[in-house]
Formats: sequence, C-alpha cells, structure tokens
Amino acid sequence: MNASDNDLQAQLLATRPRAAARPSLWRKALRNRRVMTGAVILVLMLLVALLAPWLGTVDPALIDVSARNLKPGERLSITLDNGSAADHTAYFGTDNLGRDVFSRVLYGTRVSLVIGAAVAVISLTIGLVIGLLAGFFRHLDGPVMRVMDAMMAIPGILLAITLVAIWKGGMLTVILAIVVPDIPRVVRLVRSVVLSVREEPYVEAAESLGAPTAWLLIRHVLPNTVAPLIVQGTFLCAAAMLSEAALSFLGIGIPPEIPSWGNIIAEGRALFRVHPHHIFYPSIFLALTVLAVNVLGDGLRDALDPKMRKNL
Amino acid sequence: MKTPDLIKHSLAALGTALALAAPAVQGQTIKVVMHSDLKVFDPTVSTAYIVRNHGYMVFDQLVARDERGVVKPQMADKWETSKDGLVWTFTLRDGQEWHDGTPVTAEDCIASIKRFNQRDATGLRAAPFIKTYEVVNAKTFRIVLNEPYGLLLDSLSKPSLAPLFMMPKKVAETPAAEPIKPEQVIGSGPFIFKRDEWRPGEKVVYVKNTKYKPRAEPPSGLAGGKVAYVDRVEWIAISDGQTALAALTNGEIDMVEILANDLVPLAAKNKSLVVEPTWKQTYFLRPNWVNPPFDNPKIRQAAMIALNQEQILKGMVGDARNYKVCYSTYACNSPFYTDAGMGAMVRGDAKRAAALLKEAGYDGTPILLPHTTDLPVLNNLGPLAKQQLERAGFKVELAPSDWQSLTMRLRKKEKPSEGGWSAYMSSLDLNDAQNPIDRGSFNTNCKTSFLGWPCDDKMEQMRDAFARTSDPAARKGLAREMQERNAEIVTVIPLGEYSAVSARSIKLEPTFKQPLTLFYGVKKK
Amino acid sequence: MLSFIVRRMLALLPVLLLVAVFAFLVLRMVPGDPAAIIAGETATTEQVAEIRQRLGLDQPLAKQFVIWLGHVIKGDFGESYFFKLTVMDLIRQRIEPTLALGACALMISIAVAVPLGVLAAFRQGSRIDDMVMGLSVLGFSVPGFVLGYALMYVFAIELDWLPVQGYTRIADGLGPFLARIILPASALAVVYIALIARITRTSVLEVLNEDYIRTARAKGLTEVEVLVRHALRNAAVPILTIIGIGIGLLIGGAVVTESVFAIPGLGRLTVEAVLSRDFPVIQALIVLFSVAYVMVNLLVDIGYAFLDPRIRY
Repeated sequence: MNASDNDLQAQLLATRPRAAARPSLWRKALRNRRVMTGAVILVLMLLVALLAPWLGTVDPALIDVSARNLKPGERLSITLDNGSAADHTAYFGTDNLGRDVFSRVLYGTRVSLVIGAAVAVISLTIGLVIGLLAGFFRHLDGPVMRVMDAMMAIPGILLAITLVAIWKGGMLTVILAIVVPDIPRVVRLVRSVVLSVREEPYVEAAESLGAPTAWLLIRHVLPNTVAPLIVQGTFLCAAAMLSEAALSFLGIGIPPEIPSWGNIIAEGRALFRVHPHHIFYPSIFLALTVLAVNVLGDGLRDALDPKMRKNL
Repeated sequence: MKTPDLIKHSLAALGTALALAAPAVQGQTIKVVMHSDLKVFDPTVSTAYIVRNHGYMVFDQLVARDERGVVKPQMADKWETSKDGLVWTFTLRDGQEWHDGTPVTAEDCIASIKRFNQRDATGLRAAPFIKTYEVVNAKTFRIVLNEPYGLLLDSLSKPSLAPLFMMPKKVAETPAAEPIKPEQVIGSGPFIFKRDEWRPGEKVVYVKNTKYKPRAEPPSGLAGGKVAYVDRVEWIAISDGQTALAALTNGEIDMVEILANDLVPLAAKNKSLVVEPTWKQTYFLRPNWVNPPFDNPKIRQAAMIALNQEQILKGMVGDARNYKVCYSTYACNSPFYTDAGMGAMVRGDAKRAAALLKEAGYDGTPILLPHTTDLPVLNNLGPLAKQQLERAGFKVELAPSDWQSLTMRLRKKEKPSEGGWSAYMSSLDLNDAQNPIDRGSFNTNCKTSFLGWPCDDKMEQMRDAFARTSDPAARKGLAREMQERNAEIVTVIPLGEYSAVSARSIKLEPTFKQPLTLFYGVKKK
Repeated sequence: MLSFIVRRMLALLPVLLLVAVFAFLVLRMVPGDPAAIIAGETATTEQVAEIRQRLGLDQPLAKQFVIWLGHVIKGDFGESYFFKLTVMDLIRQRIEPTLALGACALMISIAVAVPLGVLAAFRQGSRIDDMVMGLSVLGFSVPGFVLGYALMYVFAIELDWLPVQGYTRIADGLGPFLARIILPASALAVVYIALIARITRTSVLEVLNEDYIRTARAKGLTEVEVLVRHALRNAAVPILTIIGIGIGLLIGGAVVTESVFAIPGLGRLTVEAVLSRDFPVIQALIVLFSVAYVMVNLLVDIGYAFLDPRIRY
C-alpha cells in the first residue's frame, strides 16, 4: 500500500549519510502518541486471538441449520457434536449456515494476524538477504535489480492470484503469493542503505584495510537497516491483511473452512443487503487492525528518524 | 389533375408509403441475468445447463416431449413405424430453414442424430441398436434398427443434458469431441444468435427469427408452437446476486433466473416483481468406487445413512416452501417414483452409520470432498456434508476449488492425495432424474461408466432389460429393483429436491408453464 | 534529453524479457497437462494427444518460448480456451471500461487530493490538518470492496441517485456513462486520494519552509502566487512518482471494484481467467499490464527530467 513512501525514502536515503537509531530514539518512539495508540489496539487484537476459545465463543465451524441468519444479540440453543444442548447468545448473529459470527470473527483474528505477521517477517527476511547481496556484490547488483524490476512491473494482485492459481490453495500458498510481490520493495530499501553506508569514509577505510565483507555487513550495515525495515514491516503487515481480504473476496484466498476476516466478508457479501451483520463486524475488525498497524508504522517512522518524517 | 393537386396526392401517397414502411417503434427486448455466463456454444458436447438453455433459443428438436412427457412431433411432421418395429420413417415439416437461409433437409437431421449418438449417454445407449440411416428424399429419412428398441423416441426427444437438437450437416459433421464454434451456431429455432453483438463475460444477444414457422398447436412442455413475442433477448452477466436484484428493481433488467434464497424475502416485498419457484433440481452425492474408503460398499452405505436430506435442504435453501424431501433416486414427480430400499437412508442416522463403519472395518482413511466456492447454489454443500459425515465417525477433508477445476479433477482416478477425489456433490435438473436410463449415475457398465466408475453387472442387466421392454408395469418393477440395488451398492446418494426461485418484472408474461427457462412464448407489456 | 529517453528504454528491455519468460512459464508451472486442460472435461486420450501436437506443446521448452515470443511481439496471444475468441479481441473488447475507470479515478484523486494536501499544509498543525491526515490513513486501511459496497448501498440503493452496476460505453451516451462510472471510480480513487493528499502536504510543507518562500512573501507575492509558482511545481515530482508507482495499485483496485460493480473490464477478465485457468488470457494480461506499468513509469521519468533538471541519472 505504501510502497510509494518507501521508494521515495529509498531514493532519498541513498543520498544522505545516516547514523543508526540510538536507544534513546526507541524510548522516544514508544512515547509517541501514534505508536501508543497503534500498539494498544494491536495488543488487544493479539489478546483476542490468543484468548478466543475462552471469550464466549463456540466452534466457529459448527453448523446449525435451524439457526440461520439470526440477528445480533439473539439467543439460540446449540446442539453440540455429542448431542447435548447448550444455551448461547449470538452477539454478532449467525451466518448463512447458522455459524456464530462472533466466534468466527474472534477466531479470524488469529488468521489475519498470523498472515500479516508472517508476510512481514518473511518478506523482510528474504528481502534483507537479497538486498544485502545486491548492495555488496557489484556483479550481482545488475541482474538482481533487473529481476526485481520485472517483479515490480507485474501488478501485485495479478502476480498473487496467478501464484494461487498455480499452486494448491491453502494458507501457505496465500502467504507466499502475497510475499513474492512485496520482496522487490524490501530489496530496494535494503540495497539503498547498503549503498549509502558503503560510501562512508570509515567503511571504505575498513575495506581497504582488509576487513571481511561479512563483518562489515553485520557491524555497519545491519544496524542501519533496522529502523526503516521495522517501519516498512508494519506497512507490509497492514497491506498483507488487506490483500488476504481481497483474495478471499475474489474467491481465491484462504480456504473457506478457515475463518479469516476476508473469508467471512466474502461469504457474507452475497447477502449484505438483507443481513449486513455478516460483513459489518469482520469489516470493522479488519479496518481497525489495519488502521492500528498503519498508525503504528507512521508513529515509528516519525520517531525513529526525523529525516524520514520530512519526506512523508 | 392540376399539377399542385398531383403533387399533393403524390406527397400523400409517399407519406403513407413511408409510414407503412417505417420500422416499428424500437422493438421489445427482454434483458435477463441467467444463472451462469455462456462460454461454450455446443449443447451436445457441454453438460452445462446454460448451454442447454442456449440450445433451446436457437435450435429446434425433431420430436419433443409435452408437459406430460408424451413425445410429439416438432420439426418432424409425422413418423411411421414398420410392423416389425425395425424401420422408423420421419417426414419433416415444410418450409423450415436454417438461420443462414438454406433449407432444412433429411441429411441434416441424420448428421445431427449421428453426432448425438456418439457423445451423449442416452445416445450412446441407442447407437448399437441402429443398423443404418437412409435418406428417402429431401424431407424424409429412415432409421433402420437391428432389433426393436423401446426407447428410440425417448432418445430422439431427450429434453435435457444433452438434448438432441437438429443442426445443419456442415455443423453436425464437427467431430463429436470438439465443441462447435460461435460462428457455427446456425439453428432453425425461434431466435437467432447475434454473434457480432456478443460480448463474452458481458452479454449474449438473440434476435427473433422472423422466418420461423411455429407449429399450430399451443405450446406444452417442450412441444407445440414456439412463438417469439419479443424481438430481442439479452443475457446479461452479473455475478453478484444483489447487484442483479438491484438492477431488476431499478428496471435495468427484466428478470433474474435464479435468485439467492436469502434474497427472496427482499425481492418479494417489491410489488413490481413476480417472485416464484421455477427451476426444480435435486442435490446429490456420488462416491468414487476406485479409491478407498469408498471402494467398500458397506462404507458407501454408511455414508448414505449418515447424510441427512432434510438438514441439507434446510441449510442450502432455508425456506421450507422451496424444498421437498424425496427419499428416492427418481424425482418425486416422476412416474417411476418409489421409496423402496430407502427406509434407513439419508435420514442422518449417525449411530447406525457409525455401527456400520465399525462392521466394515473403517480404518480412518479420510474422504476428500472437493467443494465449489464460486457457485452460490452449491457452495455450502461441502461444510454441511462434512459435519454430517463426521458425526458418524468419518474423517472428511474439504478441498475447495472453483467449478471448472472441480470438473477437471473429477476425471482423475488417482488417489486423493495425488489430485483425485473420494466423492463429489452437485445439483441436477429434475428433468434429468426421471428414469433409470436418463439417470446417468445408474450407468454401471464397467467400461463406459464415469464420474465414480461404478461397476455392477446386475444393475447393468436391469438397465438393459428396461431399455428393451415397453411394458409400463415391467418398467416400473425394474425401476424399483434398480433403486433397491442402488441402496446396496450406492452409485448415487439423493440429497433432496428444491426449487430455485426466479424473480421477474410483472411486465413479463409467460403464456404457458415452462419446463425450463425459455424465452419463446413470453410476452412483455 | 533524447539520449536519456533512449537509455531508459534500453534499460527496460531486459525487464520486459524477464516478464515475458515468467508469463510463458505460468502455463508450464501448473500441475497437470496443458493439453488436457485445453481439451476439456470429457475428451479422450487421443483427442488430448491431438491437441498437444497441434499446439506444439510437445516441443522442447526453449523452442516453444521463442515461438511464443515471436507471436507475442506481433500481438498474437493465441485463442482463449473458454471464450473461443482470440485473446487480443477479448482484451480489445474489455479495455475501454478499465481505462475509463482508471482515468476517472485518477482525475478524481488529483482533483480532490491536491487541494486537500495543500490545505493541510497551509494550515499545518490545525484541526483541518489532523483531519486530512486522519482521513488519509483511514483511506488506505479500509478494504476496497467494503468501500465499493458502502458507496453502492448509500448512493444507488438507499438514495437511488445513480444506477447500481454496469458500464455504458462513452459512444452510447456521455450522461449514462458518467452516471455509471462515478461510483466505482470514487471507490477506486479513495486509496489514491489518501496517498496523494499526504505526499502533496509533505512536499508543499517542505517548500513552504524554504528560505526563498520567505523572500517571496516579503516581496509581496500573494499566497496563491506562492502556491502556484513555487509550492506546486516542487510538489509535482513526488506526485508524479506516486502516480507511476500507483498504477499497480490502480490495477489491483480495479480487479476488486469491477467485481463489485459488474463492470466488464480487464480487472474482471483477470479474475475470470484465473478462475477458469484460461492461460493464454492470463499470459496476455501479465505481459500487457507490465508493459503498461513500465511505459507509465517511463513517462514519469521523462516527466521528472522535464520538471527537475537535477534528476538525470
């Protein structure tokens, strides 16, 4: 989503020398209002995800055809698999198959958070490695960047849906399909950091004195990548959650038995005029979480590098 | 006459001539959102209902079944049988033309029947009985049989999946495995396919065939006079049900062929719409005999016992007025309906199924159930079946896929883990569930059966006997026995009948009871 | 200048070639036999073999690629498996709605976002600024289809001001065309507005803090003149960047928006092609979208060179 920010950042970073974010800067970051808000909401979501089974939920896959499309707040009697009956309030109503929307949305938190985090971590890792290699080894730089350009030329969603079409469907496929188009942007960011650090006099001096490349990488380049990568990671996470929702909406995302917010919205879209509660609740959760992550990223960027702030 | 008068009169005459020659006010158009988008144009090759419906727009049948299932002449004027029942002579009606202006001849009909017999299950069954075809003259031809075949007329009048339509010889000579191309859609039916206005994924356009000569008698079922009252029909592609309903409410379109069940109350509130159940179908499941665990008949039976028709119908359809429990492999309105053998079946008896599983030695091999995600009328079958089977102790894995991929997957005999399948679920038009011959799942010929590859000599013998006899009592008896046999070997599990609901503007007036979605015989106010 | 353009175009060639290789390999990466997929669900083994031979699918991979590439350069992507039309015809039929949608979305975005960004910059720190920034973050947090349905519900269903769905070609009437395009274009524009507003604000802020602005103000230039002559021109570069990179976003958004509003464009074609495994169409779309993206960015680069002589790398 914010790829644009980062490309611009990358270009501008390439022309400015910088120092790694110092510890005091991190403390300042934590006190930033936006970071606080975003972090609080995210922690709440995390708690919801972890505690889902104990928050008044039932099995999100439990079908009950006599309880279809109940309105939020209605009470019903659930027949469990072992035949016994239990009373239950459907806080968010039930869906087309009588499944409890509240339970599905809460369990969906797990899926969306996992996808967001997984995509961010995997993209950052792969992008970091490739970016470091491209930045440091001149003869790798050309071909790698051409491949990255080619990857960026194909629209992300087209690439993602093509990959999902080729591989078997499933959570891993969706994660990888969202990761692949994201890699070039991370690579460009990392590479620009590497390039700018390499031109520092002390690095050149170290190289001429025979310092091994790996040591240079770890000692000088990596610390400088941490801050921008974390910021970028948050945006990747937010974008990934939205991408999963879009893929599920189009029918090519997470398999429908796994309740993800995107899936719940996709299944509910067919009836949103008569039963808007099917998509209202997951949409709110999705928008709120994505918002929280974006705000967190914004705040982190402002706090960790004043120079970055000037750009956006 | 004085010159000015001459001019006056001439002008008047000219004016009248122009007025009479002027085209009628912009012709009437029906815009409809059909249940699916049309991508294939060959009703003989495709098993999709949308292609069948397209067929009924542009093609015509030689003989057709009326609303009571009696075979009546359609393109044929009459037919005669020789005393020994081996020679059938058909005479065509006069003056029929293909859409490109060439006349319909006997050779065209023979070519069409030949192609049908190479491709369609009912046609394939008839083919060995036919010795030869003979052209008598341009209007007349004969089918000469090896031995009497009671189902010849049934075969020639087949209404659904796939219907037998007459096509020009040059089109019917397309090999049976290749679908005909859009430019080959040349029929003799009441509408003409307008290829230049066709926009794939957007709309399909048909215009009235002004040269079509409808029969004199009133329409009944698929027989009788097919009169096109409107000039133009457009099939518009809108995949989202609510968008389609909103377009209908706004008057942008005239009809939505299938309305999602949960939208029906919303549509019903609108006084300018007629909302009624129109398309009767039945859900079913077919197990794959090739792979474990369904290679064991007892385990197949356990599945049949564990599934619950009523619950599935409730979950898929919701409104009890639109579904009907029918414990039979034949349609409840079929002359062959019987509930023999179905006493314990599809009633969701989890305990009994669990006991049977134990007895059969079920070892927990998971069942792979491919389930569609892009067809609202089928989407929820997977989760519903899974829960019912699991309650009996089956292990079930759902494999979500779009319908097209699913049909590809169904051709594979490999193990589920290698891309195969254990069972699949779908929906069948009730027109196709009327008797044991049309019911494709009863084809248990070990060489030619498909989609599950059931193999049972006993069932095949009964099918053969059914085809050869014309005695109604004997047929009923055989049909009953076949259903009982199915309850033992399980080639198909019926999962309940339902009516798909359609919504149309009150401006549209069908003039007769339609067996499927047709646009002839429909007036627009 | 000319050599700059030529150099940039040459640099694009390897990128396009890589994209072509990927597009070609897509069909081969699918598990299963391409010939069987084309032949259809009830074809026999002989028919599948015949199709394999006829379409050259039994040749070595490299040779197939070269042949394919040769066709592609001439604009021949073969025939769609499902629609029985040539791919180019199919795309030609569907391209107008997507272009119109994109162009309208872009126009709406710039028309709305630039003034918002400028306003936020001139009133930096005020409630208006906070609101614009807040709305902007909201803009790229809400999923596109939710926005689409919300707009449809409010304007087309409840208020009944506009038609619900579909697309009317411009040739069939400008009025109906506008009525149908405005909701989907607005839904699509929201993300773009969010981005452009932010970057406009930042760029304008940057400029406003420069010394020469103080000088200009001291000289007596009005705010409007300051804005137009200096701030906007400097903001142009980053805005151009966003437009270039945002093409990818626009295409992604179009896929979803066209699905919501039943617009028969390339976005919906993409989804249909992927769902039906219609590989010639998928390949063509990959190549065409990438070429479009690359071309737009080339224009953006040229635009840079015009606007800022310092950027000539």
